[in-house]
Amino acid sequence: MVKNHIAKSFTGGIKLNANKNVSSSKTIAEQFIPSKLIIPMSHQFGPDAIPIVKVNQRIKKGELIGEPADKNALAVHASCSGQVTAIEQHQEPIVGEVSSSTCVIIQTNKDDDVSHQKKYWPRDTQTRLNLINQAGIVGLGGGSFPTAEKLNSKSLNCELLILNGAECEPFISCDDVLMREHATEVLRGGMAMMELVGASAILVCIEDDKPEALNAVYDAAGQLNSKLIQIVTLPTRYPAGGEKQLIEAVTGKEVPSGEYPINIGFICQNVGTAYALDRYIQLGEPQINRVVTVTGQGIKNPQNVLVPIGSPISELISFCGGYNDDVSHLILGGNMMGYSLHTDELPVTKATNCILAINKSQEEKSTQIWPCIRCGDCASVCPAKLLPQRIVKAYTNKNFNKLEELGLKDCIECGCCDVVCPSHIPLTASFKNAKYLTEEATTHSLLANEAEMRHNLKKIRLSKEQMKVDRLHAELKSNVRGDNRKSMINDAVNRSRKLRNKK
Amino acid sequence: MQFTITKAPYVKPITSIPIVMRHVLYALIPALAAYIWFFGFGICINILIACIAAVVSEAFMLYLRKQPITQGITDGSALVTAVLIAFSIPPLVPWWIPVIGTFSAIILAKHLYGGIGANVFNPAMVGYAILLLSFPVEMTHWAPPLAEELGYEVLGFWSTIIYALSSSLPIDTNIDAITQATPLDMIKSGIKNNSTITEIRMDPLFGKLGSFGWEWISIYTIFGGLYLLYKGIINWHIPVSVLTSMMIFSALFYAIDSDQYLSPGFHLLSGSTIIGAFFIATDPTSAATSNKGRLIYGFGIGSLAYAIRTWGGFPDGFAFAVLLMNSSVPLLDRYTRPRIYGKS
Ligand code: SF4
Ligand code: SF4
Repeated sequence: MVKNHIAKSFTGGIKLNANKNVSSSKTIAEQFIPSKLIIPMSHQFGPDAIPIVKVNQRIKKGELIGEPADKNALAVHASCSGQVTAIEQHQEPIVGEVSSSTCVIIQTNKDDDVSHQKKYWPRDTQTRLNLINQAGIVGLGGGSFPTAEKLNSKSLNCELLILNGAECEPFISCDDVLMREHATEVLRGGMAMMELVGASAILVCIEDDKPEALNAVYDAAGQLNSKLIQIVTLPTRYPAGGEKQLIEAVTGKEVPSGEYPINIGFICQNVGTAYALDRYIQLGEPQINRVVTVTGQGIKNPQNVLVPIGSPISELISFCGGYNDDVSHLILGGNMMGYSLHTDELPVTKATNCILAINKSQEEKSTQIWPCIRCGDCASVCPAKLLPQRIVKAYTNKNFNKLEELGLKDCIECGCCDVVCPSHIPLTASFKNAKYLTEEATTHSLLANEAEMRHNLKKIRLSKEQMKVDRLHAELKSNVRGDNRKSMINDAVNRSRKLRNKK
Repeated sequence: MQFTITKAPYVKPITSIPIVMRHVLYALIPALAAYIWFFGFGICINILIACIAAVVSEAFMLYLRKQPITQGITDGSALVTAVLIAFSIPPLVPWWIPVIGTFSAIILAKHLYGGIGANVFNPAMVGYAILLLSFPVEMTHWAPPLAEELGYEVLGFWSTIIYALSSSLPIDTNIDAITQATPLDMIKSGIKNNSTITEIRMDPLFGKLGSFGWEWISIYTIFGGLYLLYKGIINWHIPVSVLTSMMIFSALFYAIDSDQYLSPGFHLLSGSTIIGAFFIATDPTSAATSNKGRLIYGFGIGSLAYAIRTWGGFPDGFAFAVLLMNSSVPLLDRYTRPRIYGKS
């Protein structure tokens, strides 16, 4: 029997209005095919793929269209069948902002020709990792970290594989419905990962506000009948799904600042990633789609959709019934850690876990900001155990040393402090900006250092030359003086001789 | 379609300064009711005068400091200060007592330090301390609780107002007939005259647990304090540590000599212990911010207040205890900084 564990909890965090039923009450809609695809060649990590298709070329679903730039880089595949219409620069949402990159534009057709087929799953770890990269598999939790790279832990010892099913952000329910409907696949994928990293067990961590998912995972674990799968029920509190918080809650250990979970023997993987890996092993399907939660009061028909990567957000929204009239913000991600987009003419990427459309009244922040009253509420909810009130002060004073000392780098940008601050100080936004500025300052100071070094070297070189010149001058001078002296002595001698001769 | 760009999180904050201040004021209602019951309407007049003084001085200082005036006045912090001052001064005082108290609090303690959030000392306690040091006579004339039942003369509603405004009493009444020293005062002078506590407590001004009247006000104040705890506006650390340290010290000395020292119950339910623990020491700006720091801060206040009451020159040392501990806050904050996640 599968054992049930109830995790303790992590420091800080807050209870939030989950708003998940908006989207999780329906099953995953799997029939969405957009009319065109905008498939970016870029990845959140690593070098861009190199497009290998030509305009007008017909392609099948699952076909390789972007070759990895080097042997550890990720491949890109077509997520629907169709015809390439252009290879051009297009805007895409990437790491918290919208920027341009090379994209393959595909006019889709309804043939649904599939190119991939089940492949041989080798025994050798390195070959497996290479295959995972060639399948373009990245973490689906939102970070899009290359899965093979994370699973490549041979040099470090991984004790435990943690499958993260704690989807703590309000509104998002893609992992929840995935576990409800595909628990077996998720666990199978998890076991493949476990084998790869040589861990001795899998912990599947699910928050207690997802009873259906918990039940489904229990049943699936019972069927797989593996003693290595353990299920942990987490108390529902944001941000339980944060990697560091999850590890603190289930193991009681903290990931050392600036390091990764693997440094203390854990690897965290999102349940969606495990599912994608299983699809690859079982069907040979590369990572060409993901479940996206389309939700919020701004959407007519909120639901979870299986979306081909590269689908325009606008088409996805139309598929979900379109916008309600009063929609004002389009957010990529949840309402705590997501970021707002100015347009919906952007592709869904592997990092797109949620499209949230909200109206003014939901977002509306108070326009009034008061000075900090030192209530300490922000510190008491901070999962990173920081002192947001002090950090924001250091930020206003542009005191970079202080920012460093107060642990700005350890801020996970969860937004908890903002929610509780009675003075409505935009803390999280300030911290993001502060991080940006510190980075800039460090590069600046590096540059400055370099410049200074060059300057110093030049000074040294110059001064050496100067010294040489000085020495020469000195020698010359002394020579001159020496000559003078000699001639003076000579003169004197001559004069005395003359005198003597006169006598 | 074009969408608005703003920064995460896209969640309404759960509270705001005006909401917090409003709840503090609500929480004082039970205490106010008990106060009126025992001491009459004097406190209402004081609250009114103090609030007007607070708004005027706040607006004036904001104007001088070129800060947004409406926002400053509507945040409610000045009103809370004013009401707390009204609660700490005697119910029967001339009008300029609450005015001077509030002015000192708002102008000296709050704005000269940089306004809301920047004050080092608790403004209400600064106001109170200045009053106590400058006008000791006015500040120690308390009307006895339920004066009529205890056989004192009582001032009617109008006479109270007239006294507040003009300091003049109706003919054939004098201030000594309508006011009394507080029980804590009486104990202090009683012990000086070598009476035992039991003798002193024979006076009807003393109730079963604390001082008559005050004990009930204290109990009603606790309700308000619990409301603040329930609402999450204050943390338990400060009130609990203040009350615990007060209990520990009073129990210790009471056990040593119950003729010279008051019982823990008396200490808890007399004077400003309860209102101090829940409403005054918990002022976030002038208190320590970490939980550990708060425990030490509260412990310091409780023990200092006990020491000043018992051996110091003032009947109720709460204000001075708070002010002394205020000055230790930077140190407490420095040495009780929480360890950052993942750092050793
Ligand atoms: S955003 Fe940063 S400072 Fe604020 S609560 Fe989260 S981790 Fe702490
Ligand atoms: S929650 Fe806001 S007001 Fe309170 S200490 Fe933090 S920053 Fe200051």
